[in-house]
Amino acid sequence: MEFTDEQISRYSRHILLPEVGGKGQKKIAKAKILLVGAGGLGSPAALYLAAAGVGTIGLIDSDVVDLTNLQRQILHHTPDVGRSKVLSGKEKIQALNPDVQVSMYEERLTAGNALKIFSDYDVVIDGVDNFTAKFLINDACYFANKPLVHGGILRFDGRVTTIIPKQSACYRCVFKQPPPAGLVASCQEAGVIGVLAGIIGTIQATEALKLVLGIGRPLTNRMLDFDARKTQFREIHVKRNPKCALCGDHPTITELFDDGDPYAGCTVRPDTQPKAVRL
Amino acid sequence: MQVKINGKSEEIQGGTVLDLLAAKKIEPQMVAVEVNDKMLERDHLGTTRLNDGDQVEFLFYMGGGR
Ligand SMILES: [Zn+2]
Repeated sequence: MEFTDEQISRYSRHILLPEVGGKGQKKIAKAKILLVGAGGLGSPAALYLAAAGVGTIGLIDSDVVDLTNLQRQILHHTPDVGRSKVLSGKEKIQALNPDVQVSMYEERLTAGNALKIFSDYDVVIDGVDNFTAKFLINDACYFANKPLVHGGILRFDGRVTTIIPKQSACYRCVFKQPPPAGLVASCQEAGVIGVLAGIIGTIQATEALKLVLGIGRPLTNRMLDFDARKTQFREIHVKRNPKCALCGDHPTITELFDDGDPYAGCTVRPDTQPKAVRL
Repeated sequence: MQVKINGKSEEIQGGTVLDLLAAKKIEPQMVAVEVNDKMLERDHLGTTRLNDGDQVEFLFYMGGGR
């Protein structure tokens, strides 16, 4: 493929970088990146990946835009309330950059459809809001052998980590299974500061681009935690667990399954347990 | 004795990791625990004794994204 003059201008600030150049920009143009969830994390990731000229962006989301989403889901605008998130997302992506192909999956990710969808992509970005889906994405990336950029946000805290199946620690190496449903609060109860989605989702997009370009050092075997109250990042080193039920030496998970109640909640840090809202 | 918990020095009473979790009112099912960069199996929380200078890392589930 050859770039047009217009594309050379559009991507000139990338092409100027020795680590990217024309060659790297072509890698980006050929890349296929899947966003599971076109919400808080998916929004900034989609917009920056679109601006970067990623060839194909896949969007999976079964929801319609709700008024409560607009505080952080910047892919969707006020007139989009009530419209399909994947359609709204596709329009914004293509308005920003018509070079980008958008594949829409207006469905929930399940054990039944995950592998088929994932097999078409180079990198998967986790932008979902429940543990069932997070574990399913982790497992599906392992079986489909696709790199995963995991993210999570809650209240004032965020986390990112990159998982390269069979090479670096997976989500189950650290968290064996979803937390018991009775112990977690739902995202709706817990709240989140909107800008956190921008910070974490943008780091996820950065990781995905690095993987596509094959540059730098991926955020593997490290969980990067961000505390917005202190404006502080912490890196926690993690390792592959030989006893991991998925990627360990004697795996007990040998096929995809939906682990737990898809409506089970977000998470809870004991010092940040959601308290009753006082009006 | 002094240990580091999530990067912060804290004075704690000795005992096991499970004792520390109980003192902090943390439900063991809600956390993954590393001591000195080593992930502990849940059944070892009650048998792993903490020593002065240990680095303890509590990793809580972080689930949101929408
Ligand atoms: Zn694993």
